[in-house]
Amino acid sequence: MAVSAAVFDDTFIPVEGAGAIPLEDIAPWAVLGTLLAVIFIYFVSTEQGAFSLFQGMYVHEFVHDGRHLLGFPCH
Amino acid sequence: MTRDLLWRGMLAGILGALLATLFARGFAEPQIDLAIGYEESHSAPAPQAAPEHAGMAHGEPKEEELVSRDTQKGAGLVTALALYGAAVGGIFSLVFAYGYGRMGHLGPRSFALLLAALTFVLVVVVPAIKYPQTPPAVGKHETVALRTAAYFGMIALSLGAAVVAARIRSVMARPGRGFDATLLGIVIYLGLVGLGQFLLPTINEVPADFPAVLLWKFRVASIGTQLVLWTTIGLAFGLWAERVLRRSKSR
Repeated sequence: MAVSAAVFDDTFIPVEGAGAIPLEDIAPWAVLGTLLAVIFIYFVSTEQGAFSLFQGMYVHEFVHDGRHLLGFPCH
Repeated sequence: MTRDLLWRGMLAGILGALLATLFARGFAEPQIDLAIGYEESHSAPAPQAAPEHAGMAHGEPKEEELVSRDTQKGAGLVTALALYGAAVGGIFSLVFAYGYGRMGHLGPRSFALLLAALTFVLVVVVPAIKYPQTPPAVGKHETVALRTAAYFGMIALSLGAAVVAARIRSVMARPGRGFDATLLGIVIYLGLVGLGQFLLPTINEVPADFPAVLLWKFRVASIGTQLVLWTTIGLAFGLWAERVLRRSKSR
């Protein structure tokens, strides 16, 4: 897929030693990044909405405006 | 190298979230305030009409406000967007790490911006066509679990359809005919998403007398907030990724 356009003319910088970043290098960080993302998104989108880990509605009310804006069902 | 990219992606997401918060304060919060005003004006007479159900009604009694509106608009909004930004920025950087040099040979800044634009369409725009963002006062409390599942299902469907379409595109691509293969991929994506949207449950819980203009403005502001976030991620992460790649090359 040789996409070349006049607008996007920054050049491809080859990854050292390989054509791309090796999967062994990505895998552990992918686990960490995905885990963090799931936890963060859960609290923004779902906690005290569809599921509740904690009693009460404080988390729900605190992230209320963000939850609505990001399109997650709020109440 | 992935470590360097991951934390830069999360940082780009937080930076985008800060800018998105400013945008939301200016354009979305006035609509949320109006929607809450509508909600209160419609729930106010209910306790008098049916006092025994007052506690079970959707809106809890006004006086016990758990979090003030000022906190919701300030610390709450910026926290929610920053968590979301860090999350999607991190995932974005991982997809970048995988795709850079594997999905074409674009420069890091071009690839980051195109990837951000594509993600914005796949994760924000397409799911919003079926399940648009809703302001306060829209949506019944009883259906929140169904709506949450349906919304996440819609996002998963959009991403899954894109992966299938990309696979088919790369199998079908012939030298000099990549354009046709791309068109085929887009048609397959649209077909899968269209079928999925047809099968997923329809949800319409907008009250009959909810102001249409308010709904429109809220949704535009909501998509605008996401656009600010994803534009920032695409631009900022591209710059930082370029530096990471340059540095590792010169080492």
